[in-house]
This record gives sequence, structure tokens and C-alpha cells, in this order.
Amino acid sequence: MVLQRTFARYAERTAFERPLTSGVAYAVRVLHSEREQFEKHQGWTIKRMDILEQKPVHKDDYEPEALEPSPVQEEYAPVIFAQDTVSHVISLDLLSGKEDRDNVLRARASGKGVLTAPFRLIKTNRLGVILTFAVYKMDLPSNATPNERIQATAGYIGGIFHIQSLVEKLLQQLASKQTIDVTVLDTTNQSYPISMYDSSSNTSDNDLSYVSMLNFGDPLRKHEMHCRFKEKAPWPLLEMATSTGILVIALLLGHIFHATMIRIAKVEDDCRKMMELKKRAEAADVAKSQFLATVSHEIRTPMNGVLGMLQMLMDTDLDVTQQDYVRTAQESGKALVSLINEVLDQAKIESGKLELEAVQFDLRATLDDVLSLFSGKSQEKGVELGVYVSDRVPKILIGDPGRFRQIITNLMGNSIKFTDRGHVFVTVHLIEEVMDSIDVETESSPQNTLSGFPVPKRRLSWSKFRSFSQEVPICPSVSLISDPINLIVSVEDTGEGIPLEAQSRIFTPFVQVGPSISRTHGGTGIGLSISKYLVGLMNGEIGFVSIPQVGSTFTFTAVFNNGHSNLGEFGGPQINTQSILSTSEFHGMTALLVDPRPVRAKLSRYHVQRLGICVEVVPDLTYGSWSVLNCGMVKIDMILMEEELWDDSSSSLPIFLNHLRDNDPGAVPKLFLLTNSVSSSRTSNGTTTAIPSKPAVITKPLRASMIATSLRRVMGFRNRTDLRNGETSRLALRNLLQGRKILVVDDNDVNLKVAAGALKKYGADVVCENSGSKAISLLKPPHQFDACFMDIQMPVIDGFEATKRIREAERSFSGEYGRGNGSQDGKAVNCHVPILAMTADVIQATHEECIQCGMDGYVSKPFEAEQLYREVSQFFASQTN
Amino acid sequence: MDVVQLKRQLIAFTELLFGEGFLDEQFNQLQQLQDENNPNFVAEVATLFFEDSERILNELANNLDKQSVDFKKVDAHVHQLKGSSSSIGAQRVQRVCIIFRNFCNERNVEGCLKCLQQLKHEYALVKSKLEALFSLEQQILAAGGSPSI
Repeated sequence: MVLQRTFARYAERTAFERPLTSGVAYAVRVLHSEREQFEKHQGWTIKRMDILEQKPVHKDDYEPEALEPSPVQEEYAPVIFAQDTVSHVISLDLLSGKEDRDNVLRARASGKGVLTAPFRLIKTNRLGVILTFAVYKMDLPSNATPNERIQATAGYIGGIFHIQSLVEKLLQQLASKQTIDVTVLDTTNQSYPISMYDSSSNTSDNDLSYVSMLNFGDPLRKHEMHCRFKEKAPWPLLEMATSTGILVIALLLGHIFHATMIRIAKVEDDCRKMMELKKRAEAADVAKSQFLATVSHEIRTPMNGVLGMLQMLMDTDLDVTQQDYVRTAQESGKALVSLINEVLDQAKIESGKLELEAVQFDLRATLDDVLSLFSGKSQEKGVELGVYVSDRVPKILIGDPGRFRQIITNLMGNSIKFTDRGHVFVTVHLIEEVMDSIDVETESSPQNTLSGFPVPKRRLSWSKFRSFSQEVPICPSVSLISDPINLIVSVEDTGEGIPLEAQSRIFTPFVQVGPSISRTHGGTGIGLSISKYLVGLMNGEIGFVSIPQVGSTFTFTAVFNNGHSNLGEFGGPQINTQSILSTSEFHGMTALLVDPRPVRAKLSRYHVQRLGICVEVVPDLTYGSWSVLNCGMVKIDMILMEEELWDDSSSSLPIFLNHLRDNDPGAVPKLFLLTNSVSSSRTSNGTTTAIPSKPAVITKPLRASMIATSLRRVMGFRNRTDLRNGETSRLALRNLLQGRKILVVDDNDVNLKVAAGALKKYGADVVCENSGSKAISLLKPPHQFDACFMDIQMPVIDGFEATKRIREAERSFSGEYGRGNGSQDGKAVNCHVPILAMTADVIQATHEECIQCGMDGYVSKPFEAEQLYREVSQFFASQTN
Repeated sequence: MDVVQLKRQLIAFTELLFGEGFLDEQFNQLQQLQDENNPNFVAEVATLFFEDSERILNELANNLDKQSVDFKKVDAHVHQLKGSSSSIGAQRVQRVCIIFRNFCNERNVEGCLKCLQQLKHEYALVKSKLEALFSLEQQILAAGGSPSI
């Protein structure tokens, strides 16, 4: 679209083409039905002009905002563009002005340029005429009817002429202003000629005047020019010369008007042509996107076949060379598929088909996943990789984890690709945190970074964000989000940076820093443009700062919903894993983290704390550092130490350990080294007895799950507890189930066999059935079975249904039984057989659902001894007593 | 080959099966259920599993071959296979089943066919591995040893 600025600039620049117009303006035709949308789009209301005409204001008082909005009309012609000299007419409705209305109506019905009667122009109050052309949406045949023309009208171009300045300009050119009086009259209405220009000082009539007709190109208007000498009657010679001069002036005036009109018509024509071309280009663009989407999809399908077959080929017997070939083919295939996916995304973006999900997800777990993805590469390169999420970011967010992951993966991928030393560091904060605290900005000294390499000032990467500069509440437009969480995510690296000349175009699709990049690093250069678009979808912004040979920091913001505000509305099965971690066996332990670099210590602490471990940080192990910690009071369960400190601390560590031992004999903390690369995992020289000769190594990038695994391995938790529990419950189960007659119902023979096998193992007497109906016929009161394990998902009659029917039969039986014999003794026991549901996934069958249809509980398939014991003991224990 | 060597081979092979993810913890559980009263338990379950799987794979192929696929039916079959594979601990088969069911929900024939292909492949793999395992055990028995590790 053309903007006012563009229009004004263009009009300014081409002003010499129409030297006597004092301004041009463009108004569009707006029907009343479109008014509201139009006004919203433009950001102002259509103003009325007539009031302004009735009581003209002094030009200094002119205030467009104070104008009254236009009353309801059938249609409007508000000015949307104007040359700067007449910019005050923007938003005025031409149809509300008397002269203008007349002009507009005539112009669009005739298709020709039309002149107004001279009138006082708004604001300047000078006399002028306006030349109006109609602009049509399409090419009209020359014989089009007025009605057709009106229908096709898109808008109006108006040229404004100040008569006074016009004539003065001309007369100046002839240098004879002093001696000649010129009066220009509009004589359309013969009886009331309107004076358009009058330079004479005295009004005394002078017969010696020369009258000539002026033609401004509008047949309906007649203009006369009266010229006479100011002084006394001149010599005839002079008179002749003067009249010739006046004739020349008249001709010139006419010519200028004519030329202006032709010029305007030509510009208008060009504009139409451009619009046509633009339309065609847009259509071509849409077609391209559709083509890309289709072709990408069509390529992907067979590619999956190729990849699948390659995978199978890998599993066959291959020699080393063959395996190498297959692996290469597979990798190339994967690269191709990821490329296609990117192109497909781009195509989706261009055709506007990309939409975001809204599901619950754990941001930290998502980031851990991405981290794992790059861990191999970072270890290989020896680049330190880290993710830090502020504690104030809620655990569960609602948004599109896949797309968020895509952005992060893209940014981290780029960073790792271009970084050969130092670090890549991802931080997630709330925007509020960054805005109102300075201490998030930990990079006050350039050396205080994750790896010690300097980085560009992170703050610069978001310096252009609107949400920051305006200080307005971020994203008020997103009404869907009830409890918005505004995140700001930075990916910082110490890589080679982006060359200054390339920085302006890195978000453009398919543009890479240089032609050699794709050769050395691969990729299409499409990722950043996709990321930018995705960030936009998340109501965020993306920016960066980059210094060549120092590094780059990309920062983006995104708005998510807080996952805790409306739990249960969005199902999210993937959130379990991490929550189990935090309630893990490490809860309540204390770790001592030895790290002299604050940024890195903060990162390590974040991950260790996620396991529920309390973390104390000291810069080193000298007495002065740890004595302030009050180590005597707190039991230190483990020491985490950066690898680089290991060599230096060989002297201070034993002292420290001894100190601990003095306080609490027998409690020796486990020692862990945090290291960057696999290769350097060290074998210690271990000469001093107090130092554990081989400390356990935790390889970065740190992730909560991975730390947990390492800790578990070294501290030997799991096995002990698991085994003990397993053994006890197994014995108890045997006691409970020995000799019991149990019916197992499952339509799956394999499951049936396994379940039966498990129960037999504990001494039960098992009968198997494979359908709900058979179960119903076998489970008729009085019962011969002690219990029944029933699968829920069975064809024809499922577990719930079968149980309901069995319970019904039991009820009617107990009714009869009760009526017949009375229920004095304990024989009524047989009226209720315990039925336990067997289910593969716990989510599918909730406990309530089972109870509702009359079941007594449920066990998960395949059987787990402890759970089986828990459920079975509920009803067997009471019976055995 | 003597018993010791065979046993070593068995251990290595079992480790490989677990390491490559063909089998999971559930298979261990099955092996623990096998005792004097039930000496061929694992092999019996496996045989059942093979029969069941082959039947289901055929059904699936037939169903997906039709002009209009009855996804409900397909899903039920896959559910069956998922159940039996998880019972025996054939976790790679089980995983494909999970993906398969997603495609069923999406009513994506292409995806289903791809999964079926993969299922067949995974099934064939786990079958051959299990058979190899059993034959090793038989050899140990024949050589006079006990296959329990």
C-alpha cells in the first residue's frame, strides 16, 4: 500500500511537473457500510468540511482534531493522501464541502477533469480553484455511461490552484506587473461574475481594458481575464504590445492547466498499470507457496519410505564399508527431509496457514530436550552449553511447545554452528524481571560470562523492542490469554559473529551471510525468517546484537498462558516426567558447589536445585570460603566442582574433608566433577588418601534428569530401595494368593497367558477366559472364584459392562437369598466377587470410573508386584482374618 | 561348544537385546515367572505372541488394503498387538504400535501403511532374535547346563 509519507514525497518530488498547482491530494470513495472499517484502518474519523467553510478560521487556529466528524451520509470521499503543502485536508470529506461535492460528482460522472468555481480555500483563506479527476478501479470504455462510471469510482485526485499566486507568477515572468492591472473573473454565471484575481488598487472603470477568455479545460466554466493599464491611456503601439503580451499570458495559463491535466491523467494511468502488476505478482506469490507446499509434501512421503528402508538396511548384515554408505545415505536423506520441512514451513507462513497449538507443556523439560539434542556437538567442539530458566517462570505453561522448540533449536543450532570456543548460553526470564531489575544483567564486567569469553551487551539485542520502549502493558490485544506469562529468551554465543554489512538482512528468507556459508556450514538460511514469524505468532519480537569475532546474542519475547490457572482444560501427558524428578529421592539434600564464576555457578545451581537439592555456592575450597557457610550445621551430601578447579584444589580439599569428618564422622560427601567434554574425563593422580581417587564425572550440558542419573549411580539409591520393596511384597503376595481361585479375563491371548503366569507364580489357582460374556456366565453367584482380574478394553462386552451385569446378577441374587433364608450367618460373603480392572495405561481408566461400575480397584498391565499386592490385600486380608 | 562358552554367549546376546531396545524389563519379569512348575513359560508366551502377531498383521494388511479403511477396526487390532507386545516386553514393536494408533486417530492411511511396514519389520526382527535366544537356551540345556543366568 502507498503510505501518506510516500505520497507526499512523490508529490513533492514531481512538483515541477505541474508548476502552478499548490498541492495535490487524493481522496477515496467510501460507502457508509465501509465507513467503520475504513476509520479503524486509518486511525481517524471522517471529518466534515462545511462547517469550516461557513465560519472560516484564521490559519493559525486551524486544528484538524477539533473538526466535527462527518454526519451519516450515503457515501464519503475522505482525503487520505495529500502533498505536504496541503496536508491539513487529510481526513476531510470532500462530499461535505459545497464546491468540492459538486466537483466530485461532476468529475466522476464525466470521467474528465472538472474545475470548481473559485472559493476561499480552507485554512489559507485564499481564493482558489480545485481541479478534480476521478480515479476508476478498472479501465472504462470511452462511451461508458455516467452510472457505470460512478460505480467504478475508486477515488479522486484533486489539484489545488491558488489563483492569486498563479497569476502573479505569470505576471512576474512578464515583468509588467507594475503597469498592468489584471482581473480574472469566473463568468460561468453571467450575472454574478466572481472575481478570482484582482491586482488593481483602484476600482475606477477604465474603458481601455482588454478582455480575453480563458480556457482551463472545463467546458462548463467560463473565465475571463480583464487587463488594463494602471496609468493613463497608453500609446497604441504599447497597447498592441501589451495586448499581445496579455494574449501570451492567457495562452500560457491555458497551456499550463492543460499540461497539468494531461500529466495527472498519465500518472493516474501509470498507477493503474502498477496496481495491475502488483496484483499479478501477488497471485504468482500465492501460487508459488501452494506449489511449494504441495511439492514438499509429495517429496516427503517417498522420502520417508527411503529413510525407512535405509533404516532396515542398517539392521541387516553389512560390512563396515556398506554400513558407512548406508549411514551417509541416511544422513543425506535426513538433511533433505529437514530442508523440506523448513521449506514447507516457509510456504505455510507465506500462505498464512501456520497456526499455533495451545497445550500444557513444561518449558524446562522442553529446553532440556533441545539441550540433549546439541550435547553431542557441543562436547565434540568443547563448547560449553547451558540453559538457565528463572525461578519466576511457572512450571507449566500453555502454548505451542513444538514451535517454541523450533525457535530455540534454530537459534541454538546457528550458535553452535558458528561457535568454536567459549559457550552457548540460553537464558529464560520473565520480561518484568528484565525490565525492573538491573541485577539480571550480570554481564557488567565483560569477563563474567559462562565461559569467560567476552560477549556483546545482551541489552542491545532487545533495544529495538516496542514492548520495552513504550513501557505499555505488553500485548493487550491477546484477549485469549487470561494469565499471560511474558517470557524473554536469549541465546548468547561467543562465535564468529555476523558481519556488519549482513546484519540488516539476516531475517530475510534464503539469505545467508555470504555465499560461502552454505558450502561450509550447510543450511538454507530460512530458519531465522521462520523463527521470526513464529515469534510474531507468539506475540513476541526478535532481535539480536552481534560483534564480529566476539559473538552474537539473539533475544526474543513470547507470550504464553500460565498453565496453573486453568488446569484440566488442556490435556498434556508429557508433563509427568519432570515433576517426578523434583519429588525424587534427593529432596532435602545439600550440595556444595565450588565454582569461582558466578554466571556458571548460577546455571549449575539451577539444575541441581530442580532435583530438590539445596545448593551452597563457594568460589573455592580455601578455608576462608567455606568457613562462612557454617558447615558444621548443615550436612553436605555432595560436592560438585568445576573440572578446572580439580588440580588446584588438591591441597585444600583434604582439609575441607577432614573438617567435615570432625563435625560428623562417617558422613563423607560424594565428589562430582562437572566437565565439558567426554574425552577429558580424568583419572586422578589420587596420591592423597583423603581425596576419593576417582571422582565421578558429570558431563555438561547439565540437565536435571542427567544429573539425577549420575547422582543415583554414584550414591546407589534406586537399587536398594527397589529391591527391598520388591522382595517384601513378593513374599506377602505369595501369602495372600496361595490357593486362591482366580478368574482372568482378557481378549488378548498373550496378555492372558502372562497375567495367568504371574498369578500362578504366587500360588494362585488360575482360570482363563477371553471374553466379557464368558466372564459373566462364569461369575454367577454363588461365586466359586475368589477374585477376578478383568481387562477393560474388550470387543463386544468390555470390562465395565461385564462388571455392571455381574453386579446386577449379584444384587438380584442376594435379594432372593435374603428373602428366602434371611442372612444371619456369614454366607452372604459369596454375593460379591472382587473384580479388579487390568489396564495398560492408567490415564485411560481412572479409579473412579472403575468404582462407579462396581469394580474394586485396578492394576496396571503388565503386573507390578507392589501394586498388585496393594490392591489384592484390600479385600483378601479382610477375608483371611 | 561347552556350557560355559554357550552361557557366555547367551549373556552377551541377552545384553545386546536389551541394549538395542528389542526387549525391556517386562521380558525379565516373564523370565522370573518361569520355574520348575512352568519350565517353558517364556517360550510358550512367545509362541502365543508370534501366532497372535502374525494373525493381527495379516488382518491389518487386509484392512488397510480396502478401498475405505475402517480405522476403528484397525485401531482395535493395533491395540491388541500393543497389549501383547507390552506383555512380552517387545518394546520396539510396542512403540510402533503407539505411533500407529496416532495415525489411526488421524485417519491417515499413508501413515498407517508405513507403520504396518515398520511393524512387520520390527516383528520379524524380534521374532528372529527371540528364536535365536531360545535356541541358545535349548543348546545349553542339551549340553547339560541350566539356561537361567
